[in-house]
Amino acid sequence: MTRSQEGPHAGRLDGARPVPAFEITVDGRPVPAAPGQTIGAVLHAAGVVSWRTTRVGGRPRGLFCGIGICFDCLVTVNGTPSLRACQTEALPGDRVTTG
Amino acid sequence: MTDVVVVGAGVVGAACAYYAARAGLSVTVLDRGPVAAGTTGAGEGNILVSDKEPGPELELALLSARLWRELAGLGGFEYEAKGGLVVAETSEVLGSLADLAVAQAGAGVEHVPVAAGELPGYEPDLTPDLAGGVYYPQDSQVQPMLAAARLLSGAPGAVLRTGVEVTGLLRDGDRVTGVRTNEGDIPAGAVVNAAGTWSGEVAALAGLDLPILPRRGFILVTEPLGGRLGPPLIRHKVYTAAYVTDVASDSEGLETSAVIEGTPSGTVLIGASRERVGFDRTTSIPVLEALARQAVALFPGLAARRVIRAYCGFRPYCPDHLPVIGADPRAPGLYHACGHEGAGIGLAPATGHLVAGLLAGAAPTLDLSPFRPERFAA
Amino acid sequence: MPGSGHEGPGTRDLAIVGAGPAGMAAAVAASRAGLDVVLVDAQARLGGQYFRHAPPGLRAGHPGTPQRGFGRFTRLAEALTGVDVRLGHRVWAVEKAVEKNAERNTAGNAGKAAGNDPGNEADQNPGKDAAAGFIVHCLAGTRDERRVTLRARRLLIATGAHDRPLPFPGWDLPGVLTAGGAQALLKGDLVPAGRTVVVAGTGPFLLPVAAGLAEAGARVAGVFEANGGAGLAPALAVRPGKLAEGAGYLWRLARRRVPYAVRHAVVEAHGGDRLTHVTVARLGRDWTPGARRTIACDALAVGYGFVPQIELATQLGCATEAGGDGEQVVVVDAGMRTSVPGVYAAGEPTGVGGADLAEAEGWIAGRAVAADLGRPVRPAPALSRRRDRLAAFGRAMQDAYPVRDGWKGWLRGDTLVCRCEEVPYARVREALALGATDARSVKLLARPGMGWCQGRVCGYAVARLAGETSPPPRRPVAHPVRLGDLAGLPDRADETQGTANDPAGEEAR
Repeated sequence: MTRSQEGPHAGRLDGARPVPAFEITVDGRPVPAAPGQTIGAVLHAAGVVSWRTTRVGGRPRGLFCGIGICFDCLVTVNGTPSLRACQTEALPGDRVTTG
Repeated sequence: MTDVVVVGAGVVGAACAYYAARAGLSVTVLDRGPVAAGTTGAGEGNILVSDKEPGPELELALLSARLWRELAGLGGFEYEAKGGLVVAETSEVLGSLADLAVAQAGAGVEHVPVAAGELPGYEPDLTPDLAGGVYYPQDSQVQPMLAAARLLSGAPGAVLRTGVEVTGLLRDGDRVTGVRTNEGDIPAGAVVNAAGTWSGEVAALAGLDLPILPRRGFILVTEPLGGRLGPPLIRHKVYTAAYVTDVASDSEGLETSAVIEGTPSGTVLIGASRERVGFDRTTSIPVLEALARQAVALFPGLAARRVIRAYCGFRPYCPDHLPVIGADPRAPGLYHACGHEGAGIGLAPATGHLVAGLLAGAAPTLDLSPFRPERFAA
Repeated sequence: MPGSGHEGPGTRDLAIVGAGPAGMAAAVAASRAGLDVVLVDAQARLGGQYFRHAPPGLRAGHPGTPQRGFGRFTRLAEALTGVDVRLGHRVWAVEKAVEKNAERNTAGNAGKAAGNDPGNEADQNPGKDAAAGFIVHCLAGTRDERRVTLRARRLLIATGAHDRPLPFPGWDLPGVLTAGGAQALLKGDLVPAGRTVVVAGTGPFLLPVAAGLAEAGARVAGVFEANGGAGLAPALAVRPGKLAEGAGYLWRLARRRVPYAVRHAVVEAHGGDRLTHVTVARLGRDWTPGARRTIACDALAVGYGFVPQIELATQLGCATEAGGDGEQVVVVDAGMRTSVPGVYAAGEPTGVGGADLAEAEGWIAGRAVAADLGRPVRPAPALSRRRDRLAAFGRAMQDAYPVRDGWKGWLRGDTLVCRCEEVPYARVREALALGATDARSVKLLARPGMGWCQGRVCGYAVARLAGETSPPPRRPVAHPVRLGDLAGLPDRADETQGTANDPAGEEAR
């Protein structure tokens, strides 16, 4: 998991006031989410820009195409591997594990 | 003038070129496409002795398996001496499998009978619903496209010309004295027909009938898992005993039998289907479904793994399921190295070795009469 | 007119894949003409990429309309009453169906050999008889994924396009997104791609991406257009109104002091485990990089045009040709009919031209399907003229924003070309040296395009490195499918009705 030094950069959601908000966890750390947001968006907004490493080079990967094409953003949620973070809606209590 | 023109830059043509060049001959390899993009490009890379009944093809396979071990020193094509595990669903099938293994042993095939309880020691994720199996340590695997490319680049002095299509043969009476191409005539001391599934068309340029037909096969490829860190889910080449009977089958309809293996890239390859539908590339969903069912039946853990690709290819087969190897007495100067059906990757080195021997005037180390090109003539 | 198909229960008149502007318009047109239509889309909400919008829950208390033309979307969505909308459905294969009891060939035997119910409609005979319609194989749901099989007499492919990236050193660092990815994150989730964002690439799409990011609170540290914009005159002659639109974006950027430069590109991205800065180079006429400077940023949105998604069309054997930007497009006639009887294509798959063109093509396709199925449809010459004009504009824009081969000079030996299989440029060169002469043989020897994305991301670059334009896609499995699902018994795979993705509630905004 790669985390921004400055913390979340996008707490401001384009003027929206989402209700009701909830939390998911990333490696145990709580992260705020809003209904309908994707796991990828929730992580990215929280400053978490990568959540897996590649098989060969061990390179960190996160969102790239954002529309379900590239499979870079594969994520493990509640133990289920290989979900596309950009296509998977965050649900209250989701546990994301990185690595 | 070049000594030899090889038509086809697949693995068989590459092996012919490799051994001919090593024998001191000057070699030019032509392909209308890129290297290894036809029959070879759709192969799995099987090097099997286990699936062949005692006879001429098994002799060829044993020679080839030995040659592949030597060629592995060239490097760069993912040679894996992983061994094959043939499994039987019923005790009846296991009996036939054991009988076959004993018969093969007489020809020099190594094998280890594997009782049902010992199967997990070979493949921990195999279904427990099996009667047993036989392990064949000589079975191995290469990445076929890279193998062809490395053989070509390792052939001393051989010239590879891609994008060159053979449109005719140069003749002097019956004798073949070179090829006519879209880039001009190329005179040669000998021409080797290694055009895979399209070898019948090359033979036809000499006015010869060579009954080589396409048999379509689909392969499923799973998502990569494991990689360098984890052990592969599947360690060996694993297939069901039904594969052996399918290989020798004359049925026109579809046959599928599970042939499953992991690759160094972390994927699992799932075959094998066989059907005679000409050169139709249209994907048949029922075939993909049948392959998936068989794979999951054998390895229940595969159910959760995703197929990310599928491809099909055309295996060149002859009516008697034996390849065509050797000089064609009907057209002196023309040699054939084709018709290997689904075994072309495995049989390539032996084929190349034997053809190169003929080209260099050496006595063949194997009886070639079962493979003679004129055997189909009425 | 539900159940009007005579091929048996569950066979619709028309299945539409893709619920963007083209698919929505076609669905409205066809259902108004009396057809029984099913509209399938992989996303959770209608609209495709252009009309991508935030979920209702996220926008609560902020009901403003953020996008140009969003009213059009709302009207289209409201007109979909009577259309069976299947969201969250990813199509992994389409195939031709054959008449029940029709003579079976070997593909029919396939089912028997595999132990299928001999009466299973999924048995099929490719290439012989399209009259029996089409089978659309879907996966529905994300975590609880399951197979859904839909049947229809006619098929419309309205699958849109995706970004066309170019590789450069560091492009796989987290924080580097495609331009479309950054836009999707903003429009769909209201999340700006970063605090400080650089936007780069080529084409008019960069402008709304940059403007949107700037207005959402991100600092846009620069917009770098690789082309010079010199070739725009022909396009603007066709649609002069677009000049004002472009000027409007530039004004919005200028107002927020966003630097905008033509003939510049990001040629390298830097950072350890995430993006920290980029190198921007001035480009020569053929995009050879010149003077360089670095810019600190935590996100880069980069895109060099779009790739039409046409693999479903090529699965069925539809004829394709190279479009003006080198990408393969589906060949269609004036009624959006492809070369395969019964199959239609609309929107970006017939050539990238934007949402207005896609919508026009959708109207035309929906009406053509209705007419072809015997419904009375009045001719609409104005619609065809509009389509022709918009298509001419699209082609002219592609001509004005080409990709020049100088980008190859950005690559180093260790620059990844294929992100999935982690294939560096050096291995591509090695494959070419070994005798690969086209994209497919490079793939066979070096693996670019063999991974998860099946070459969607690297396909253009690999083709250009091999010296050709992109070949038609060969993807018999268009979307990953679990072996367990693929193995599923036919009855389990049959159409699932009444899913949780019922659109009526979801889209009533």
